[in-house]
Amino acid sequence: MTVTDTDLGTDPSTARDSVASALEQDRVESHLNPPPSYDLADHPVPTGREEVWRFTPLKRLRGILDGEASDKQLRREVSLPEGVTLTEITAEQARELGELAPNDRPSALAVANAGGAVLLDVPAELEATEPVVVTLTGESADDLVWGHVVVRLGRFSKATVVLRHAGSARYAATTTVVVGDGAELNMVSLQDWDDDAVHLGRDAIRVGRDASVKHTSVSFGGDVVRMHANVEYDGPGGEAELLGLYFADAGQHLEHRLFADHNQPRTKSNVVYKGALQGQGARTVWIGNVLIRKVAEGIETYEENRNLVLTDGCQADSVPNLEIETGEIEGAGHASATARFDDEQLFYLRSRGVSDAEARRLVLHGFFNDLIRKVGIPSLEEQLTDTVEAELAKNVLDGLAPVGGAQ
Amino acid sequence: MSELVIKDLQVSVDTEDGPKEILKGVTLTIGSGETHAIMGPNGSGKSTLAYSIAGHPKYTITGGTVTLDGEDVLAMSVDERARAGMFLAMQYPVEVPGVSVSNFLRTAKTAIDGEAPKLRTWVKDVNGALERLNLDPTFGTRSVNEGFSGGEKKRHEIAQLELLDPKVAILDETDSGLDIDALKVVSDGVNRFREKEGKGVLLITHYTRILRYIKPDHVHVFVAGRVAASGGPELADELEAEGYDKYLKAAAV
Ligand SMILES: Nc1ncnc2c1ncn2[C@@H]1O[C@H](COP(=O)(O)OP(=O)(O)O)[C@@H](O)[C@H]1O
Ligand SMILES: [Mg+2]
Repeated sequence: MTVTDTDLGTDPSTARDSVASALEQDRVESHLNPPPSYDLADHPVPTGREEVWRFTPLKRLRGILDGEASDKQLRREVSLPEGVTLTEITAEQARELGELAPNDRPSALAVANAGGAVLLDVPAELEATEPVVVTLTGESADDLVWGHVVVRLGRFSKATVVLRHAGSARYAATTTVVVGDGAELNMVSLQDWDDDAVHLGRDAIRVGRDASVKHTSVSFGGDVVRMHANVEYDGPGGEAELLGLYFADAGQHLEHRLFADHNQPRTKSNVVYKGALQGQGARTVWIGNVLIRKVAEGIETYEENRNLVLTDGCQADSVPNLEIETGEIEGAGHASATARFDDEQLFYLRSRGVSDAEARRLVLHGFFNDLIRKVGIPSLEEQLTDTVEAELAKNVLDGLAPVGGAQ
Repeated sequence: MSELVIKDLQVSVDTEDGPKEILKGVTLTIGSGETHAIMGPNGSGKSTLAYSIAGHPKYTITGGTVTLDGEDVLAMSVDERARAGMFLAMQYPVEVPGVSVSNFLRTAKTAIDGEAPKLRTWVKDVNGALERLNLDPTFGTRSVNEGFSGGEKKRHEIAQLELLDPKVAILDETDSGLDIDALKVVSDGVNRFREKEGKGVLLITHYTRILRYIKPDHVHVFVAGRVAASGGPELADELEAEGYDKYLKAAAV
């Protein structure tokens, strides 16, 4: 494998320009992801037949896509480690910081209507010892809230960012994460909403040269939650790990859409999303798109989605998509599986005296355990484990018959 | 005391062509402190017998009874049977990804005893059991049966036997797939269990090899879903020399 001509000099601006032109030449119109644009006319109100909208219950978005103006906000509580700042900036400044332009209607509306953005800034070479914790709380599902966020990690900086959503709202937000060369980010977005919230979120991440990003999306609450996690690269050597954990109860729609755009050589993406579903009408959607552009030689990508269906009446959609423009890669693969509790596993555990309910709890715990450990934030791990178990307890409390009619 | 009484047990499985009868009336009594070996060719129904007693949902009991110290085992759920003192070492132990051996053992012990074991002694007990079965101390952190070698799976089953301390153990081909060293380690584990007061063992095997290490009190030949012959340890020697042919022919008539 050879080093391509995109690998030019040390001046980042030169490198970026040449990359941009290289990209321009072999720009592929990925049918999976509409091209980015700030212009609302490029993002018409969907009918529901579009590839990117066909899984989403549009009616239940309760008018968010009409794009009404609103100055409602989510209440914000912030805990910042030394040296990290949170400031208000204008939409223009957000663009100048190199944010990733909206690529769907909710994100375009969020930029247009939010009236400015919030910038979370981690200066170059700062290694934040404590996590940044931002809690956003909504008052009511009647409130329409637009969110516009930029997270910037300077070169060689290191930070952990936990963004927690709670309460209720109709919330559409776009977040750009710009990770400088050699920087390291661990970011978690926790959707811990009340039952009636609607959340359309898009986290778009640009991974600098030799930078690494771990992004975890955790969705438990809300009526409809539809989250994008998009990654592209700003130089070779970038690595992205995209993790996700979701638990859909009766009537909930939880949708996670991933896009790893390998637009640079020798970059890596690794996607693991795991979900559980229980109760009538619980619905999850996972779309894992990977694009390997012509320039992206020597890349490695793997994506995996596993769903555990706990009761009847649930539906899990899982669609991995791989578009490959070059064969000169290290590896590309995907796996997707949706299954019910395994009778043999339950039998094995029960034959050791463990009750049916406890056996199910153990299997589910095991199912999520690997993933929770990967998140790599000890203070959050216990909370996630507890939440998973509390969700499972609901199943028992609701008196829903588990799959397979256990005695 | 522990007495497992199996009377005229009849079992079928559901197949595409309807129910298929596999056990055609099995009668056996494992008295307190006794070890019985069941030997039979592949497909004769040995695992079916073991799984049916343990309560696997795949099998339908169509007749007969099973009691443990007079209690109706067939009326109990799978976990109740285990709590009543039954243990099945499986021919093919099942993987449970993401659940560590330590967590699994502690959960099982807590379920069987009805209370959590005392931490101090428990850790010692687990480490001791793993060590005696030649399992690495880091074994506890691995996911149950995931990525285990065949020998590790079987040794892990016997470690459970030791820690959960049931009244009656059914060992389904615990010897198959083991090399001679592992076979000795596993046999030693089973013999330690047998030395305890009043323990019953039903040792299911295809080969006579393990009977050099575990001396049964009774040997039964199992063919076509039935006990075809019963005797003392000498019956195993006969099978070693002559194989199952004689019994298979008789069953085919
Ligand atoms: N699900 C099933 N469908 C059809 N036949 C089965 C099924 N399960 C077991 N059997 C049959 O039952 C018989 C006994 O199997 P098994 O108890 O596993 O025997 P053994 O343990 O002695 O080798 C075999 O003939 C096997 O093919
Ligand atoms: Mg068998």
